[in-house]
Amino acid sequence: MATTSTLIAGTKLKRFVPSGRTLVIATPFVFLLVFFLLPFLAVLKISFADSRLGVPPYTPLIAMVHDKLTLHASLTSYLAVLTDDFYFWSYINSIRVAFVTTVLCLAVGYPTALLISKANPSRRAMLMMAIVLPFWTSYLVRVYAWIGILKDQGLVNDLLLRLGLIDTPIHLMQNSFGLYVGMVYSYLPYMILPLYAYLVKMNPSLVEAAGDLGARPWQVFATITLPMSLPGIWAGSLLVFIPSVGEYVIPELLGAPDELMIGRVMWVDFFNNIAWPLAAAATCVMVVLLLLPMAWFQRLQDKEAVVAA
Amino acid sequence: MSSTTTRPQRLAARAWLALVFLFLYGPIVSVVVYSFNESQVASVWTRASLRWYAKLLEDRELIDAGWTSLVLAFATAFTSVVVGAWAGYVLAQYRRFRGRTLFTSMINAPMVLPEVISGISLLLMFVGMEQLIGWPPGRGLATMWIGHVMLCVSYVAITVHARLSAMDESLVEAAKDLGATPLRVFFDITLPQIWAALISGWLLSFTISLDDVIMSAFLSGPETTTLPLVVLSRVRLGLDPEVNALGTLFIVAVGVVVIGQGWWVMKREQRQARSLGMPNGMSSMPVGQRPAPFS
Amino acid sequence: MNAVPRPPRPSNAGGEDGFLRVEGVVKRFGPATVVDHLNLSVRRREVFALLGSSGCGKTTLLRMMAGLETPSEGRIVLDGEDITHLPPYQRPVNMMFQSYALFPHMTVETNVAYGLKREGVAKAEIAERVADALELVQMRAYARHKPSQLSGGQQQRVALARSLVKRPKLLLLDEPMSALDKKIRQQTQFELGNILYQVGVTCVMVTHDQEEAMTMADRLAVMSEGKLVQLGTPEEVYESPATRFAAEFIGSANVFTGTVADGDAARIDCPELPSPLALPNAMNARPGAEVTLSVRPERITVALANGHVPSHADTNQALGTVEQIGYMGSYTLYYLRLPSQRVVVANVPRGVLMAMPQQPDYGDVVELHWSPRSLVVLN
Repeated sequence: MATTSTLIAGTKLKRFVPSGRTLVIATPFVFLLVFFLLPFLAVLKISFADSRLGVPPYTPLIAMVHDKLTLHASLTSYLAVLTDDFYFWSYINSIRVAFVTTVLCLAVGYPTALLISKANPSRRAMLMMAIVLPFWTSYLVRVYAWIGILKDQGLVNDLLLRLGLIDTPIHLMQNSFGLYVGMVYSYLPYMILPLYAYLVKMNPSLVEAAGDLGARPWQVFATITLPMSLPGIWAGSLLVFIPSVGEYVIPELLGAPDELMIGRVMWVDFFNNIAWPLAAAATCVMVVLLLLPMAWFQRLQDKEAVVAA
Repeated sequence: MSSTTTRPQRLAARAWLALVFLFLYGPIVSVVVYSFNESQVASVWTRASLRWYAKLLEDRELIDAGWTSLVLAFATAFTSVVVGAWAGYVLAQYRRFRGRTLFTSMINAPMVLPEVISGISLLLMFVGMEQLIGWPPGRGLATMWIGHVMLCVSYVAITVHARLSAMDESLVEAAKDLGATPLRVFFDITLPQIWAALISGWLLSFTISLDDVIMSAFLSGPETTTLPLVVLSRVRLGLDPEVNALGTLFIVAVGVVVIGQGWWVMKREQRQARSLGMPNGMSSMPVGQRPAPFS
Repeated sequence: MNAVPRPPRPSNAGGEDGFLRVEGVVKRFGPATVVDHLNLSVRRREVFALLGSSGCGKTTLLRMMAGLETPSEGRIVLDGEDITHLPPYQRPVNMMFQSYALFPHMTVETNVAYGLKREGVAKAEIAERVADALELVQMRAYARHKPSQLSGGQQQRVALARSLVKRPKLLLLDEPMSALDKKIRQQTQFELGNILYQVGVTCVMVTHDQEEAMTMADRLAVMSEGKLVQLGTPEEVYESPATRFAAEFIGSANVFTGTVADGDAARIDCPELPSPLALPNAMNARPGAEVTLSVRPERITVALANGHVPSHADTNQALGTVEQIGYMGSYTLYYLRLPSQRVVVANVPRGVLMAMPQQPDYGDVVELHWSPRSLVVLN
């Protein structure tokens, strides 16, 4: 048994020792702050620096110049990113590609998700697993497979030539076609999964009620099914659109060599040109561009959490 | 399909789904098929051979990189599950605390953020840290590990949070009522409930880490490189048939895991049914539908 | 629902008073006061019911006894020990949850053993006590089953065994019958009552079903809006409801308001009735004072009117037209509209109905009679 004095000392100290609850919350919080938030601050800081030779390849923010603390911030990187045609078109093009990809994924994904959601429960689970399964195999290898299929001496051209449908190989990759095939292929599951989740949760008696009230199947779809699956459409679209903007691997391997995608531009700036402040500024601009869609996605997630509660 | 669809409708539905699956699995099939192709030119079929698998076994660079990737994937999976589950638990358990909006944003954002942004920002931070405190000493396994974990934590946190929110609160109360302290409640009641979410989170993190290109590119060092990075550099130079063999191995591994899981679930069903003297498949039937020797 | 008071069941009622004391307990959630300065006392080994409709605070009170909520004010004392602020895992109290809350990943055995393991009881003793508890609820054969493989009634028995095996000083039941089918509810009520009697544990149960409370409880407390409305045995509360709420909540009641007649304090002038109501004794009130009275439907006799209305000074009567008939099998409910447009409900047992020369039908005019002794003053 503790003596009275140690008890008192213990209770006094308790004020300084964080409570169990604080520790539990703080640990992951600090982890996220350090490895998620801090990096963004680092990017911000470096975006205001100038490139230079050496390690690290940028100028420090605060330095001792002639024994005086000076702040060295420059807007050259931002000026370049915001005014240079090259960057401007890269952003525009990336958004365009992402948008088209999203629409294509929706066009392919929505009917698929709808059909699967209408199958009977045991079939549904199996079908969804079959959709998701390719995702578990190496992404890089699958994109590589498309090269083998789409290139001039590839599978498709080979087949078409043999069938006599064409005389010379048609260019299926290193252009927009190859790019979109690759993009849709990679991002389709991200569209199908949330769509399916919403479609499957829909109350079947709503469809039956609409039919009972005289709506024909396509009317039921347009007035009941489609509007009710709208949150799923938004969720899937954002899940495809936002990462697509910064995609690197697929444009690099399947897209046109001069396809201006901001992901490629940043990569080249970073690795080839060692222009870190430039890449940092490009990153910041991209984050600002994507803030609105990301906030929208966050709102969708929160609403989903409220509905589920 | 519902009984109100017509035959041509059903046919159309099946045709569409077949096309979609052809699209999804076509590349996979071609990878497997061509991994057994003798020809160097990957797209022309000559005859079957295991040539590329043999080459794979001697490919020092690939094997080393593969080993690194595996170690990294295991480390990432375990870390992501622990940190992610912890974060998910915090979200589910504490409805209000200072900075909760910031916390949720930090968890939701990485799910949609383009990887180049995450990659560049982490790298720049690590470089800055190295300048300031001397750690991390250059990029390598440690930095890649952290980067991969940051990619995966969100998925785990969100699934665990969802599972916990859906959990019956009265189970926790019942355990407390029966004498369990809060810590005991977590291990006895909460953990078993989120077990499935943890397993799927682990598998997902493992896969994401094993497959990752961009984050690894930014955070790898001169000494360390991962399998996807090696494959990427080779593929950019031209087609490399060894990649087909590698890809096939991946596909087989995934297939084994999926089939194995299905088999394990079935075996567990059988074991349960046997211990209760019921015919197979019945132990998971709802009580009302079973024949009633036990009344 | 018409509850006919049941004959006394085997019970342990009459143990020492004050075994569980609720003293001035208040519970607020934000601006709402859910439990409002509640005081009650439960006797050792008695079965005590908290009865009321949803939102009256009974479940909150139960949870405060369990330790799952903490009172905003007041205290709870069990067997002399102030347990108000003790966490649930330190109280000698166990609860059977409305949803049973059986741990889905554990077998029946492991579920029941859980509480004993937390206590640190020796393995051999755990096995023995678990077997005994399962035997008590007749679930021994299901020891290895998982909860998902059991029916609702079976799950309930396991939940009961789990809460009893620790031999708590206080057993709490949260709406024990609510999840069961109506058919098996009655049988289960008797079985549960017998088990409680055998084990001899002090029990507080919460229910919104007055029939359940009447069947199972030695004493009950009617609650409304966080306050205690009436406390007593089922017979006391049924026969002598303290307020209009109590009268209408337990069983059904025909409630009349009137004023004390001039010159005769045993007569109440009631605008809805043709003649003043006759009470057995004079009221201790001034003439003109407002009075609320109730009479149970089963105390009203009904007979076809033959045109004349005999008037007796010492009985209450009225004429009414049959507006609705509810045939319930063992009794029939007659909804009779009086000339004043007031509807009165009469409960006629089957035997009485069969003995009538002619049974009243829709639209018939009937005579209603009820004795002065059947009237209960409510205010």
